Amino acid sequence: MDQTVIAPAPVVEHERAHFPEGLTLDCGMTLAPVEIAYRTYGTLSEARDNAILICHALTGDQYVAETHPVTGRRGWWERMVGPGRPIDTDRFFVICSNVLGGCMGSTGPRSPRGASDAEPWGTEFPPITIRDMVRAQHALVRSLGIEHLFAVVGGSMGGMQVLEWATTYPEMVKAAMPIATSAFHSAQNIAFNEVSRQAIFADPDWHGGRYWEAGVIPARGLAVARMMAHITYLSEDALTRKFGRRVRKSDGTPNQPCSGGSLSMFGEIFEVESYLRHQGSSFVRRFDANSYLTITRAMDWMDIAAESDGDLADAFAGTRTRFCVVSFSSDWLFPTSQSRTLVRALMRAGANVSSVEIETDKGHDAFLLDEPDFDRTVRGFLSGVAEHADLPARVRGGAG
Amino acid sequence: MRLDQRLIAGMITPGTRVLDVGSGDGSLIDHLYRTRGCDAQGIEIDMGEVTRAVAHGLPVVHGDADHDLAHYPDNSFDYVVLQRTLQAVERPREVLRQMLRIGEHAIVSFPNFGHWELRLKLLLNGRMPNTAVWNTPWYATPNIHPCTIRDFLALCREDGYRVHEWMAVDEEGERAPWRRSIRLANLFGEQALFLLGKGRSASRGARLKRS
Repeated sequence: MDQTVIAPAPVVEHERAHFPEGLTLDCGMTLAPVEIAYRTYGTLSEARDNAILICHALTGDQYVAETHPVTGRRGWWERMVGPGRPIDTDRFFVICSNVLGGCMGSTGPRSPRGASDAEPWGTEFPPITIRDMVRAQHALVRSLGIEHLFAVVGGSMGGMQVLEWATTYPEMVKAAMPIATSAFHSAQNIAFNEVSRQAIFADPDWHGGRYWEAGVIPARGLAVARMMAHITYLSEDALTRKFGRRVRKSDGTPNQPCSGGSLSMFGEIFEVESYLRHQGSSFVRRFDANSYLTITRAMDWMDIAAESDGDLADAFAGTRTRFCVVSFSSDWLFPTSQSRTLVRALMRAGANVSSVEIETDKGHDAFLLDEPDFDRTVRGFLSGVAEHADLPARVRGGAG
Repeated sequence: MRLDQRLIAGMITPGTRVLDVGSGDGSLIDHLYRTRGCDAQGIEIDMGEVTRAVAHGLPVVHGDADHDLAHYPDNSFDYVVLQRTLQAVERPREVLRQMLRIGEHAIVSFPNFGHWELRLKLLLNGRMPNTAVWNTPWYATPNIHPCTIRDFLALCREDGYRVHEWMAVDEEGERAPWRRSIRLANLFGEQALFLLGKGRSASRGARLKRS
């Protein structure tokens, strides 16, 4: 990719919760202070029983259902969350926070090391786990005066957080909806993450992770990482349907390798290349490379069974949470087979579990896209649990 | 809801835990939850049906009788229901064993292959019988393990299950009048419905007589 000038992202003041006492992490270190950036939608009921926590994926953030203040784009799950939507903000109080280690306002590698030290953490940010992210969310939820979550919902890495919630704070979670996810990160997924990381390390602008000192960002490496990852979010059918073998014809050159013209041999010839390059270059504007490294590593550590001596069912033993496990037929990053492993462990644990595989050609990203059966599943599952819990269809009163 | 589903629901004590194996659109578990206060869950092989049921707020997991019952813990349900499916599973004996491992009771219904019409058609035509209940040709039928009421009773005896209740049911699910005689039920019942329990039955005659 050509070195292009990266327009700086606008400076935005995010809504944050402060935890001066910090958090003790799985690695044993105490990270303090900790700040968690978050957004809420809807009204908390008087009984404080209608809160749904949404957990975002690797490159998502807290701006679920509103125009993003940095990118100016729609909220990443605006079609799912809002008044009258499947996650209905007329009924539920929705919370979403930027993960620990992220770069949209929560404490992460770009944050200063401490009050007296303005130097960013960079690569010395402590290694965090998905459970550490969940601990930070737990602190946030409690600081909002909420003792029980009606539901925790999330896709991909967000689904990993859902599972950590259900095993770490089972008594707090009435319903759990892990979507397009797994209870462990597979060797293939670790391998993809490793390629992403090596792409960043290979960028001359990486500067050993202290790129801020040189006033640059490893934009090319991060863009390559994003491009590669983006392929894994789609499916062969989806790529074929969207791009096929179509070539870019903006300058009218014919569809031949030796036609001369203005396109060089390694320029953007095929539309799929152009699409990926756009994905890469728009990503680096909003995402910090060290955050990408920290969070991908947290995903790699994910293995809930290992936290219970190797038996996934033990991790959920005695759970009273109602689960709805959703997968997508063309998702090869978190395939249905991994969801089935999870579902069978939940069955062995005697959990109340529903499972649905949505038929689609859109791949892993399907959970973010228009899938009517998926919408119906989310709406139906939440309504079913709400009926069990006698939750009214609209918020009554407010917790103030 | 079919009439025989009402008969099944009538066998289930309110407020109990129920697993419906092959729950279809979830109408039985919905009925049990709403009218009998049961904690009812379903397991269904057809993903379209699973999606419809979950979209209606019912807890249904995608899976099948042959492969997925083994994952449930012992005694995790009061009742495990298998409607009109036993004849279509790969290993009916194992499915029954699993049902009575994970449930205190099993409720099983199946089409009766001993019905007089089937016997007569096979006798007269020498061809696989084709009736309203058995209406797919031999090469296309999913019903790979048909049995008669007496065959089923013999298996229950062999595997030591208690028959708490039994009845013959017609195709619409209406209860048939053959209550006293197994042989008459086996001749005239289109469907059979059994409530089974764990443990060896003491005396066949005493157990089978309906109260």
